[in-house]
Amino acid sequence: MTVMNMIQALNSALDVMLERDPDTLIFGEDAGYFGGVFRVTDGLQKKHGLKRCFDTPIAEGGIIATAIGMGAYGLRPIAEIQFVDYILPAFDQLVSEAARLRYRSGGEFHAPITVRAPYGGGIFGGQTHSQSPEAIFAHVTGLKTVIPSNPHDAKGLLIASIEDNDPVIFLEPKRLYNGPFDGRHGEKLKTWAGDPLAEVPEGYYTVPLGKASVVREGADVTILAYGTMVHVARAGIEDSGIDAELIDLRSIVPLDIETITASVAKTGRCVIVHEASRFGGFGGELSALVQERCFWALKSPIERVAGWDTPYPHAFEWDYFPGPGRIAAALARVMEN
Amino acid sequence: MPDPRLELYIPEPRHRPGDRPSFEHLALPAAGETRRPDVLEEESAMRDMPFGLVRVLDEAGQAVGPWAPDIAPDLLREGLRAMLLTRLFDDRLFRAHRQGKTSFYMKSLGEEAIGAAQAMALSAGDMCFPTYRVLSWLMARRYPLIDLVNQIFSNEKDPLKGRQLPILYSARDYGFYSLSGNLGSRFGHAVGWAMASAYRNDDKIALAYIGEGSTAEGNFHEGLTFAGVYHAPCILCITNNQWAISSFSGIAGGNETTFAAKAIGHGLPGLRVDGNDFLAIWAATRWAAERARANRGATLIELFTYRAAGHSTSDDPTKYRPSDEAEAWPLGDPIDRLKQHLIAIGEWDEERHAALAEGLDNEVRAAVKEAEAVGTLGKSKPSVREMFEDVFETPDWRLIEQRRELGI
Repeated sequence: MTVMNMIQALNSALDVMLERDPDTLIFGEDAGYFGGVFRVTDGLQKKHGLKRCFDTPIAEGGIIATAIGMGAYGLRPIAEIQFVDYILPAFDQLVSEAARLRYRSGGEFHAPITVRAPYGGGIFGGQTHSQSPEAIFAHVTGLKTVIPSNPHDAKGLLIASIEDNDPVIFLEPKRLYNGPFDGRHGEKLKTWAGDPLAEVPEGYYTVPLGKASVVREGADVTILAYGTMVHVARAGIEDSGIDAELIDLRSIVPLDIETITASVAKTGRCVIVHEASRFGGFGGELSALVQERCFWALKSPIERVAGWDTPYPHAFEWDYFPGPGRIAAALARVMEN
Repeated sequence: MPDPRLELYIPEPRHRPGDRPSFEHLALPAAGETRRPDVLEEESAMRDMPFGLVRVLDEAGQAVGPWAPDIAPDLLREGLRAMLLTRLFDDRLFRAHRQGKTSFYMKSLGEEAIGAAQAMALSAGDMCFPTYRVLSWLMARRYPLIDLVNQIFSNEKDPLKGRQLPILYSARDYGFYSLSGNLGSRFGHAVGWAMASAYRNDDKIALAYIGEGSTAEGNFHEGLTFAGVYHAPCILCITNNQWAISSFSGIAGGNETTFAAKAIGHGLPGLRVDGNDFLAIWAATRWAAERARANRGATLIELFTYRAAGHSTSDDPTKYRPSDEAEAWPLGDPIDRLKQHLIAIGEWDEERHAALAEGLDNEVRAAVKEAEAVGTLGKSKPSVREMFEDVFETPDWRLIEQRRELGI
């Protein structure tokens, strides 16, 4: 075990896979010699060679098209999109090609690609470096969408994603790269040091896709969260003093429906938390699933705590960001019944 | 003083329905006129090539000039067979659509030389990334006719399990990548596939097709960028058949330069080739393949041809172009030209041609009959379970629950 921040854990996952599987290779804008703008691929080109980790033209559609072609040949490419905000030029490749290749070809071809992208807010990145578009991918059948919340899971989930034979969108909460963030933005920055989830095995291991983690057991209300919001929700629980059960979904497709329904059946209340704007967000799907499966166990209406339905604003970052106060308030509301 | 007011320019084709079609403005080089650079020549020394036209067959059916390949007559007859089979198959399946046996069909009429010559010029392990008008590739590679018809009928024996629109085939073992109705979106896959082959130190190359209309898509330019940057071992082909449904090639920029010239800005060799000349296509493809296999990277080839049929069964081309425009096409019909050549070199005659056509038509008729016995569209379909398979490698709970909800 070594203490790693999320960047180091992701780097370690990539290093392990480059070592382990000669069919893996990494490419993206600034991902080669420089090691990526967030340093996730740092040192990999030097260690594994130019052909295993290299720079690409600034053409996200071209990056994903190239990855799909390589996947169809039989490689296991790992593409980096510098910020998920820039993935939209590649959307046709993901939706019309990667997600459907296996289906439409009757299983003759498939795209075992992993698309890594930093996502989420909390870094004063404005509209183009802060978005959380996970619901868009979740809606596209054929794609898997994975979102870790700590270094240990990040490494294990990334290895599982690379080894998966379906296309995986791997969203890295950039606010968690260097330390956990609970939404109390005025406080001193924390590092991952001392956090048990920053104890990361150096070698190979996986965290399976589609398996949620019960971060905190509780009796009265279930909180569904992923990414940065897992930490913010924990702070919201502390602020509220309510005995909430906190579930980190870890992947939204595949979704661990059993863990969700078992928890809500027990607590009878549900609060759903995400950074993405609320309307049409993944929280809507979660809410519908909980309602369909746990209606008779529910003691109060399901609450959603999410970003507002505006573009991600720069100066209003902390007015937009669903912080612990809003989560605590939602917990208090569901406990009124 | 010139008029200072600006004026928006909208290009228009020279001829519309009712006009007398003519292609005299094209000023095409004669067969044998365009030079053949050495396979390893520097790209910078070949920037004249996109403005020439690689042609081998002359008006008399003789193979002339530096591109005239040394092809055994057996291979030429094999090519003729693939082209003729494509045309006969198209005719019969187009009629099957009119008879309500399927929902959709697209013909390759006038473009049959392209897939046939390139399938034969490349090796078994190479992969083409097709458009929907290269059926002749599959015919040249001897894909079973019955599988084509079953796919077109979406019946119980459809190799694509009822999931795909008719003619959007996938045939991995025949070097034919999965087709899609989204135009141009597989162009970059060919580049990625080729890069993967180079990464593995393999000897296989990729061949991509795109229509001249779809060269306007970002996929095309991104593909050329990646192919140029990484010296991807691939052949990138633009099938310029003059029409994108009802939009003439000028709407894709064809009035401003040649499509082959798009190579120049990417540092790639660009060849413009008579797309109705089997020998010219074969020779140019061999040239580009040899260059790619020598680690000299990609070549862009514009295949200059004419879409003689409508876009699809849903299209009536007499609404937007002269109905007799195909007859005015100066580069003739690809099947007639190869047939004429074989006759000119004493390797073919009208009787053998008629016998070949009859035999092939019987093969098509037998395949259609066999597929009809399985069922035409709506009369037979694969198990509905197939609807839920292959979405993921392993279906997740949603798909399993939904399948049960449907009672299967």
